[in-house]
Amino acid sequence: MSFWTRHQIFEKNSIILVAGILLVIAIGGLVEITPLFYLKSTIEVVDGIRPYTPLELAGRNIYVREGCYLCHSQMIRPLRDEVERYGHFSLAAESMYDHPFQWGSKRTGPDLARVGAKYSDDWHVTHLTNPRAIVPQSVMPGYPFLSSTEVDPDTIADHMRTLRTVGTPYTDDQIANAGADMKAQADPDNAGSDAFTKRYAKAVVRNFDGKAGAPTEMDALIAYLQMLGTLVDFKIYNEKANLR
Amino acid sequence: MHQPSISKSMTSGEAGLAVGFAVTAFFCAIASAKALDAPFAFHAALSAAASLAAVFVIINRYYDRPAALPPAEIDGRANYNLGPIKFTCFMAMFWGIAGFLVGLIIASQLAWPALNFDLPWTSFGRLRPLHTSAVIFAFGGNVLIGTSFYVLQKSCRVRLVGDLAPWFVVLGYNYFILIAGTGYLLGVTQSKEYAEPEWYADLWLTIVWVTYLIVFLGTVIKRKEPHIFVANWFYLAFIVTIAVLHLGNNPALPVSFFGSKSYIAWGGIQDAMFQWWYGHNAVGFFLTAGFLAIMYYFIPKRAERPIYSYRLSIIHFWALIFLYIWAGPHHLHYTALPDWTQTLGMTFSIMLWMPSWGGMINGLMTLSGAWDKLRTDPVLRMLVVSVAFYGMSTFEGPMMSIKVVNSLSHYTDWTIGHVHSGALGWVGFVSFGALYCLVPWIWNRKELYSVKLVNWHFWIATLGIVLYISAMWVSGILQGLMWRAYTSLGFLEYSFIETVEAMHPFYVIRAAGGALFLIGALIMAYNLWMTVRVGEQEVQMPVALQPAE
Repeated sequence: MSFWTRHQIFEKNSIILVAGILLVIAIGGLVEITPLFYLKSTIEVVDGIRPYTPLELAGRNIYVREGCYLCHSQMIRPLRDEVERYGHFSLAAESMYDHPFQWGSKRTGPDLARVGAKYSDDWHVTHLTNPRAIVPQSVMPGYPFLSSTEVDPDTIADHMRTLRTVGTPYTDDQIANAGADMKAQADPDNAGSDAFTKRYAKAVVRNFDGKAGAPTEMDALIAYLQMLGTLVDFKIYNEKANLR
Repeated sequence: MHQPSISKSMTSGEAGLAVGFAVTAFFCAIASAKALDAPFAFHAALSAAASLAAVFVIINRYYDRPAALPPAEIDGRANYNLGPIKFTCFMAMFWGIAGFLVGLIIASQLAWPALNFDLPWTSFGRLRPLHTSAVIFAFGGNVLIGTSFYVLQKSCRVRLVGDLAPWFVVLGYNYFILIAGTGYLLGVTQSKEYAEPEWYADLWLTIVWVTYLIVFLGTVIKRKEPHIFVANWFYLAFIVTIAVLHLGNNPALPVSFFGSKSYIAWGGIQDAMFQWWYGHNAVGFFLTAGFLAIMYYFIPKRAERPIYSYRLSIIHFWALIFLYIWAGPHHLHYTALPDWTQTLGMTFSIMLWMPSWGGMINGLMTLSGAWDKLRTDPVLRMLVVSVAFYGMSTFEGPMMSIKVVNSLSHYTDWTIGHVHSGALGWVGFVSFGALYCLVPWIWNRKELYSVKLVNWHFWIATLGIVLYISAMWVSGILQGLMWRAYTSLGFLEYSFIETVEAMHPFYVIRAAGGALFLIGALIMAYNLWMTVRVGEQEVQMPVALQPAE
């Protein structure tokens, strides 16, 4: 029986055809994806990576909501020009607590993986409100409405609990104090600031939007942007230990 | 009109669906009242209203219909179910024009950022997913579901299984699009490209898609032909694989069952890999396998020639679906994804060139002995040019998946140009060609209202595509070269904003190309509308008509 005659078993039997399709399309995905969950070399061993603070998390959700990832990548490739333009190439560990990942696929604007601490909070407020006030040639939309919308400290603990279920190591302490921490991070005069910085290493406490009152979406987004790429100290990072 | 011999009663499908929708309406109303955020309250209220409407329509339809369901056969010939197909044709045109229009708007926003109006609902970041979903899933999806139901019935010579099920598929699918699209505008997104809809929309799509698979497979099983026609292999691969991809990429945990926000189970690197395994195979199975099925039915039919090589279609089918699934990592070259995965992705992407061109050859060579028809039949010309664009994009794709090429092209407009040569040239044109064939067939018209207008559509749209993709090639390569340019002293030559500024003229040209493509689609909509409204009835009925629904 020739190959072509044998093939008729698929042409004449719909269930066998469906089974064949399922088998054939399963292989590639299984080979490429499954090892990423167990190969130890997939994610580098790095000091300093921590889950997002409540305010940063709220900011990240705004980043997702407004579709920032459609024009800004968060993934610096190990190419000479990129490393010189943006900083050390991105590590897998730096996005290990990202649900979902925000590596992006297009740079209509610059990469943001290490934008943290590059510009002042003031710069960000002005730029987000009207990008062309600071960069006349920019094609970025303005987001003036962020300043007038408050973030909700009451529900953020639920978000962190959900993230813990999918694998982000938030502690009970962090979840119990989520709402208070959110207010504390945007208010240096807040009595809870010290306790907050103990819970989140390297977290920055500032009045990000420069305005008095409850934290706004502007506070949250800038808190997120200002921490991007700042958690790993590359002066002490052991490149050789993580060669892959 | 009652037939006294048969007592009328509700089918289990009618009763079950009516009860199911009534229960859904109840729960959606509760969800709307308890909603944590405004978009969720809106979607829940909308769903409650839609479910109630569904209950009303089902019961109303029951009272209006004759006691007996439409017969599967009339005088020994299959009694084809054309109603749901007509609906998808209409929706495809509607969503197509909406999607192209939003594309034109966001293209213009990149050239003239003031068009964002600084409002949440009109900014680029929210409109861009609306554009991609509207053209891929709304326009493309309706074309795929509609043509698949048609090709399936004709090639199996049986009526679609199910009475309400086909309607549930087409209406449910379009309702999914409505929820997804309004969600983007309100800021509801999980930010996974081409899989942006949140958990509740994903759940609904799963129900609809499984029903689609059941209707499709059920009809194939009942077929009157011993062999399953080639196009149906491709449709099946498309339906089955999209289901697998959708489930693999979207396992999300909602923060609350009364809110829109959820967090995806996968994180960081695994999420990135799952996303592009999904993302690239949305291209491979939605935009390629599904539309290849259209090619395999409509080109032979229109050219009145058999498929060039049956054996080539066997090899090309299995090779295509096997290789495509591996290609995802080429979206993640030089990222934190391990090198072994990137290399696998690149290797398989290059191999993928072969089955892709196998498909192209099979489509083009079907014209053997009928090439003269290209001069007289602009519909066939559209179908053939779509296959040529398919060949071009499936050469460009493997080339861009080579790591050194990708180091230049990635993150630039070159990718956007590549996608659009495939989307406008291949998917767009093959869909237009199929709709130009399908509308006269299913509305029983002798011919299209105007062949001349098809010609105008063809040339205007082709000019638009050429403007679009050449502008994006130039801007993409320019951008990539500027990012890596060094001065003689060893400093980076351009600041980022200088590269943004350099893109402006190309963004204007791209928007002009998009505008031409939209004008072409408007001409098409007018032509099809007039075909249905004033077209001359075919005297010799080629198919047995179903009773009016």
